[in-house]
Formats: sequence, structure tokens, C-alpha cells
Amino acid sequence: MNQNQEIQKLVDGILNKQIRYIAKAISFIENSEYKIKKPFLKLIFPYTGKASIIGITGSPGAGKSTITDKLIKAFRNDNKSVAVLAIDPSSPFTKGALLGDRIRMQSHTTDPFVYIRSMASRGALGGLSQATKDAIKVLDAAGFDIIIVETVGVGQSEIDVVKVADCVVLIFAPGFGDEIQAMKAGVVEIADIYVINKADLDFAQKLFKEISDIANLSQKQPKPAVLKTIATNTFQESGIDLLKKEISNYLNFIKNSSNLAKKRQYFIESELIDTLSKAMIDKILSNQNIKSFFDKATIKKIYNKELNFYTVIDKIMEAI
Amino acid sequence: MRKIRILIAKPGLDGHDRGAKFIARALQENGYEVIYTGIRQTPKQIALAAVQEDVDFVGLSLLSGAHNELFPKVVEELHNVGADDIIVFGGGVIPNSDIEFLKSKGIRAIFGPGTSIKTIVDFIENESKSRNSKIG
Amino acid sequence: MSENGYKNWQEKTLIPYIKKNPTRKERFKTSSYLDVKDLYTDCDVKDYEQNLSYPGQYPFTRGPYPTMYRGQFWTMRQYAGFGTAKESNERYKYLLKQGQTGLSVAFDLPTQIGYDSDSPMSEGEVGKVGVAIDTIDDMETLFKDIPLDKVSTSMTINATAFILLAMYIVVGKKQGVDKKLLRGTIQNDILKEYIARGTYIYPPKPSMRIITDIFEYCSKEVPKWNTISISGYHIREAGSTAVQEVAFTLANGIEYVKSAIEKGLNVDDFAGRLSFFFNAHNDILEEVAKFRAARRMWAKIMKERFHAKNERSQMLRFHTQTGGSTLTAQQPENNIIRVTLQALAAVLGGTQSLHTNSMDEALALPTEKSVRIALRTQQIIAYESGVANVVDPLGGSYYIESLTDTIEEKAWEYINKIDELGGMVAAIEQGFVQKEIQDSAYQYQMDIENKERIIVGVNSFQIEEEPPKDLLKVDPSLRFEQIKNLQRIKSQRDNEKVLKSLNLLKEAARSDQNIMPVVIECVENYATLQEIADTLRQEFGEYKESVII
Repeated sequence: MNQNQEIQKLVDGILNKQIRYIAKAISFIENSEYKIKKPFLKLIFPYTGKASIIGITGSPGAGKSTITDKLIKAFRNDNKSVAVLAIDPSSPFTKGALLGDRIRMQSHTTDPFVYIRSMASRGALGGLSQATKDAIKVLDAAGFDIIIVETVGVGQSEIDVVKVADCVVLIFAPGFGDEIQAMKAGVVEIADIYVINKADLDFAQKLFKEISDIANLSQKQPKPAVLKTIATNTFQESGIDLLKKEISNYLNFIKNSSNLAKKRQYFIESELIDTLSKAMIDKILSNQNIKSFFDKATIKKIYNKELNFYTVIDKIMEAI
Repeated sequence: MRKIRILIAKPGLDGHDRGAKFIARALQENGYEVIYTGIRQTPKQIALAAVQEDVDFVGLSLLSGAHNELFPKVVEELHNVGADDIIVFGGGVIPNSDIEFLKSKGIRAIFGPGTSIKTIVDFIENESKSRNSKIG
Repeated sequence: MSENGYKNWQEKTLIPYIKKNPTRKERFKTSSYLDVKDLYTDCDVKDYEQNLSYPGQYPFTRGPYPTMYRGQFWTMRQYAGFGTAKESNERYKYLLKQGQTGLSVAFDLPTQIGYDSDSPMSEGEVGKVGVAIDTIDDMETLFKDIPLDKVSTSMTINATAFILLAMYIVVGKKQGVDKKLLRGTIQNDILKEYIARGTYIYPPKPSMRIITDIFEYCSKEVPKWNTISISGYHIREAGSTAVQEVAFTLANGIEYVKSAIEKGLNVDDFAGRLSFFFNAHNDILEEVAKFRAARRMWAKIMKERFHAKNERSQMLRFHTQTGGSTLTAQQPENNIIRVTLQALAAVLGGTQSLHTNSMDEALALPTEKSVRIALRTQQIIAYESGVANVVDPLGGSYYIESLTDTIEEKAWEYINKIDELGGMVAAIEQGFVQKEIQDSAYQYQMDIENKERIIVGVNSFQIEEEPPKDLLKVDPSLRFEQIKNLQRIKSQRDNEKVLKSLNLLKEAARSDQNIMPVVIECVENYATLQEIADTLRQEFGEYKESVII
């Protein structure tokens, strides 16, 4: 089978909601360069845009996977199909990754209307990789009602999730000393809904108040809700249904106002620029005339100040 | 380039996960993407997780002695979902006399107590080379 | 000897000697990575009277009893049980005839996790690592012709300990034995299940409630029963160091005592019934120091932290099992020597009872012959080695005392850290304890990979071996037999009575009423293990592991 036929097979599989093909498509996207996966993405693009995308982020230990697990259950009770992308960092040294978020969600594995995929960040510096954004398209085209993107909140990925999600849920837990840090990093403003998890622990009330104050100052429409949950390991699931309701309300609100359209147009704009830069670089680098501008000898000359760095840039631009 | 993905799972009810966690971490340090499912997994859960994660290998760890029942079940469940290409290997407290039986049921390799990580990595590399790499 | 004397020896004798004859390694460490100096002198021993005192006196460093093995040997207790109740019953009778002095029951995993043999979750596991118990009928078969007022029975059971204890009480009743006379132990240590062993069912909070219900019930109704065996064994098996074994076990102990006091129990009413269970590894001297440090620390915890008045409450009494994870599948005969070293460490450390592993346990269930050799190992130490003739024979060794101090000091650091995190339940939920153990386990294994740690027959001194023969196997058809019997019981019992008692259990679970009397009623009505466990699953929910690798 040639490349085009294989791609068509993947697309057909996705549109028929076949888990095996959905899974293989995501691997294909993860493993392929832009120009190889472009024909595939082109074919699925018309089918995207229907799913609601929820970003869940927060510091390690805040209980993201546990909340995701319970949210899956809550959405399933409403008869919605759910896909989850659980993203964890790759080791910068070994390039390997140990992905364990699935453990909390394993009970949903046998549900045919739930799909869970662990993804390693691979090289994407702290943020969401392009592969994640493309994986969302695959899941969207496959017809999942809800797509949850769960990321470890370590700065950039928290901010990046805003660029893909219709609704961003930021989770805090007391006692991790991260709340103040998060505020400093400006991460706090990204959320559409705040959750204080492990609300039975000491200092939860204090944290709740602090976050509520921040939410009140927000310019966002509607003002972000602040919820308490106790979704640790225990059976107490108080708060989860409320969270699901809050998410649904929020999604309805932005859908009915023009906010959702605005959000998504903003995503398209930023992805257009990203993708275009990538495509341009590919194109530039494939031009033999340009390659000679930064071979080893040229770099050395710049280093020795025999050539001006900015003159080289000018020359490359002229050659394009 | 395709990154090798491996699912490490514990079928059955035994909770001794020292070996499984060690392997998971050691494989990560050797550059693989490792998905760990945790303990008490049914063969069906393992097979479906392997398909959803699109892994190349499934590594099973079991210390309770139920391997002759449960390891072949995982292979069978993979077959049921059309994922015969996923390679299954196993480890734990497994007597040599059971190895032949397990291999006849489609478990590609059994790594007993004391196996070095290098042996397992070599196995993964060799098997990966002979797997024909298609899209995805 | 003085500090100067030691320095003098180092400069004049040791250093010039090493220049010509270098040592094997630059730095020496114990098996658990504690630094070992070249020589220990009286400079390394602190405050003899206060730290050591005398056997049978606070802080019990030298032993809980004044005569120790001059009074009586430790209890030789071999853990056994496999397949059906009938087969296990025969093995117990054989072991009692061989001179074993206490029974130790192993249950299969479905029984430990609250599944009946016919549950789909039990597939492949029925009768594998122990005996399968579905109803009181199996329990009666298990103890057939064994008078429960004459033996002491230790049961390795945790999440479902309340059910198995209820069954034991009912078997006693049917034999005509008053529950006040029953002697034995249930492991009942759920915290280490979350940490290391994995046979939990319910979340920590309701699990702790079940445990304190058992404490309360037994202190009144089954006074000779040891209600918990707080276990470091599995923590060590999961790859912890000796220090972590002591620290996490005692921290678990603290949590149990705290919960019981919060429930309103008087510390001296239950603390004397707490017992401990440790591992014994190959580094004999480190292990001896570990046992002594644990005794001293527990005495301090009970006296200073919980204000226990009764001396028995302050005494740490413990069972030891030799280290299963130290056994090798390669050249299994070598395991006999490992077990001997470990058993010796336990005896020199003052254990109250001992299980010695069989040489073939790294491969499969032990055969009758290998179980006999394991028991004989204990008997040779007891009757031939002479180490049982004196109390705490290594006490006063400069090295042992220094190592005891070091282990204690490092274990306190952990306990303080766990207190800071909000106690053991919080530390477990945050994955702190699991992470510490996993890191140690990883280092240990990597050291073997890199041959920085030599395991004879595994990464050095290997030989070509024939695959072992004569391994014992459980017949897989056993499950069907077990299911058939279960169906028979279900068809013969009064289902209305079962339902009624299960409903009572549900109500008890929701209230703060002690669940034990109702559980006994359920058992008497032939409710199955899973029916009882499921009733509480519905009320309490199930725990999911918090894995941080």
C-alpha cells in the first residue's frame, strides 16, 4: 500500500470511530514531520470543530488525574462520549517518558465511548506540542463529544492549554506551597474555572478565599467560578457533579454568546502563524542556495566576527 | 522516527509492583515511552489500554503464580481487538517449566528473576527492528 | 580507650598499613547504604545505662523479657496454606506433628481482597498464594481436628481481616471454645498495604475505622488476640532500606494508636495487643541493630508521646520472616545459607517468633522437603548454635551499639517528616512514603545491574543450570471445585437471613456502631466473604493507588 492509501485508511478508520485507527493516527502525527502529516490533516480538517475541549491543569499532586477520572464518569452519565489526552513531560536526558496518569482512569478503559491516550511532551519546551494540537483534531474528527486535555502545570503548558481549550480548569490543592508561585507566574489568570481540590485539608478555606479574590478581579465574561472538591483517592466525590455542571454552563454560555467563536478564531490565528513559520522554515531550508549561507564555515566566520550576523540574515532574506 | 512505546501492566490481583515499577523506570531511562497501568488489571483492560495507547510492546508482571491463566488471556484479548502485532513479554515468579507453554500461547519472551535490563532492552531493540514499520 | 588512642592507632598503624595493603574498597557501607567505619571503639557508644538499660526494662533495647530464650525459644511459625481448605488442613497437621508450635495461615488473593472464588476478578488466582475461603464452611474445613484453644494462629490478612477473624470466632464457637480463650494474630495492617503490598479495598479513613472497631471489640471479647501485626516486612520487600523499614513501620504504628485514642479507647487497654512484624536480610549486624533500634524507639513513642503507663504497652514484640526478595532463582540451594544468616540475625535481634523461607520460594510454592529444611534451620540455631543461651549476645559491641544509634537517629528524621506532612495517611496520599521506597528499590536494583552489589549466583559466580524439577503447583481445576462448593452453600442457606444480616451491616457501617458483632452474625448465616466485603464497598468506596514512580 502506498502512503496515500494508508492515509486514506487511517481517515476512514477515524471517521468510523475505530479505536485502533484513532490510536494509530495519533502515533502517526506524533512521529511525523509537518510535510508528511499535512495531507492527512488536510483530509480530517473538514470534520473538526464539533467537540468541546476542556483543558485541565494544575500543579503535580493537585489531583488532576483523579478529577479527570471522575469527570469522565460524570459526562458518561450524561451519555456523552469522552476522549482524554494526558500529557506528561519527556525526560530531557533520556528522551524517554514514564506515563502514569492512566492508572487513575483505568476503570473506563473497557467503556467503548471513552478513549484515553497518554502523550509525552517530546521536546516541546514545557508547552503543548504541535502533536497534541493535532491529536485533538483526530479525536474531534472521530466524533467525541468531549475532549479533555490534561497537562502537568509547570508554567508554559498551563498557558499553552489556553490556546486549545474552550474551557480551562485550573486545579489547586492546599499544602503544596504552589499557589503563591502560580500567582507570581501569572498562570492564575488563564482559568475559566478554579477548583480547590482536597478541600477537606487544612488551609483549604484560606486558599479558597485567596483564589476567590483573584477570580473577582478577573475581567473575564463570565467571571470564573471557584469550586471546592474532595476528589482525592477516596470515595467522597463531593463537588464533581457541581464541577461538571459548571463546565457545561460555561460551555453553553460561550456558545450562546459570541465568545466561543472568538476564542476559536484566536486559536486558528495563532496556529496559522505557528504552522506557517514551520512551513516557511521547511521551505527555506530545502533551498540549496540558502543552505550555503549557514554551513559550518559561515558560522565560524560569524564567530570570528569576519561576517556580521545581521548581514547574513539580510542575505538569506534576499535569496528567498 | 517512530518512538517505541511500551505498556507495563500487572494482571491479576497481586500487589507486588516492585519489579513492574523498576522495569517501567529503567525502560524510561533507556529512552522508551512507558505507560504504566497500575495493579489489578484484567486481561481485557490491558489489551484495550494497549490498543488505545498504540504501544509496540506489552510487558506483564505477575508474582502470584496465575501466569499460565492470565498471560495467554492477554494475548487472546489482543487478538480479539485485532492487535496481534503487539508483542507481549512477561516476567515475575515463573518456573522454567512454564516458559515453553507460555511461548506456545504467544508470549514472545519470559524474563525470570535476575534478568538484567540490558537483556530486556536488547530484546526490545531486536523485535522492533524486525517489526515492519508502517504508518502509525 | 580515648579519642586519642583511636587517632594514634589510625596514624601509627592503620594508615601506613593501608599504604602497603590497600583495602578492598575505599568506602564500606551496610546493605542499606549506611557508612561503615574501619573500627568501632568505646568512643562510639553513648550513655549505656540510659540507652540500653536491661532486658525487660524500659526502653527494652536489649529485649522485652528478662530471660529471653533462656525462658523459652521463639515460636517457630511457618507460613503455609495453599489450594483448598482441605489440603491446607492436612499441611497444618503435618507441621504441628513436625514440632511447629504455632499455625500461620496464608490466604489466596481473592480472599485477601474480598472476592469470592466465582468472581471474574478471581480468575487464575484461586488457591494460588494461599487457601481460598468463601464462607464459614471453608474455615471449618481449614481447622478441622485442630482444637482452637490449644494452638495460636497467625493469619496474614488485612483488608478482610474483620471477616476472617469473625469466621475464626465462629469456628471456635462451633468447636465449643470460648472466644476469650482464642489466641493468635491477624495482620490487619492496612497502611502498609497502601504503601507496599497492595491488598487494600477501602480508602484509608473507613479502613482505619474498621481496624479500631476490631481493637475495641477484641479488648473486651477476645482479650488474648493480637489485633494487629504492624508490618515492616512488606515495606522492606518492596525495596526499602533498613532505616525506612523501621521508620515507616513505627509511623504506621503511631497512626493506629492515634486513631484508637481518637475513638476514645484507653491506650493501655489495647497497646499491649499490638505486635510487629519485621524482615531479616543478609547484613546480619545491621539487622540486629535494626531490631534493637525499633524496640527502643517504640518504647519511647508509647511512653513519651502516648503516655502509656503499662510496661507491656511500651514493649515492642515482633515476628520475623526471612527476606523473600533476597532469595534467588539461580542456584536455589544457596538460599539455605541466606536463610540461615537471616534467621540468625532475627534471633540475635531478639525476635518473638520466626518464619524461615524455603529455598525454592523464588520459583514456586515450597515443597514439603524444602519447608522441612527451613524449619530445621531454626531448630539448629535454637538447639545447636548456643546463641540462645544468653540474652542479647551482641549488646555492648561497639559496632552494634553505634549502628543501633544511627538507625534510630535516621528513623526519627523520617518520623518527624511524616508528622510534618500531617501523619501517615496524609503521607501515603501524597505518595511520599511510596516514592522514598521506590527510590531505594531502584538504587538497589541498579547496583545489582552495575555489579556494585554482588549477589552470588546472580551477577557473579553463575553456573549453567538445569531447570529445577519437583516444583509444587496448584491444580487449576481447584477453582471449579471451590465454586461448586460455594454454590452448594448458597443453595442450602437461608437467603432471607443472609440479606437481613447484610442490611444490619450496612446500617452499622453508616452509624458509629462497632461492626464486629454484625459481621459475626453475617458469617454465621453463611454470607460469603464477598457479600460482606461488597456491602462495605458500597458504603465506603474503593481506594485507588496513587502511583508516583
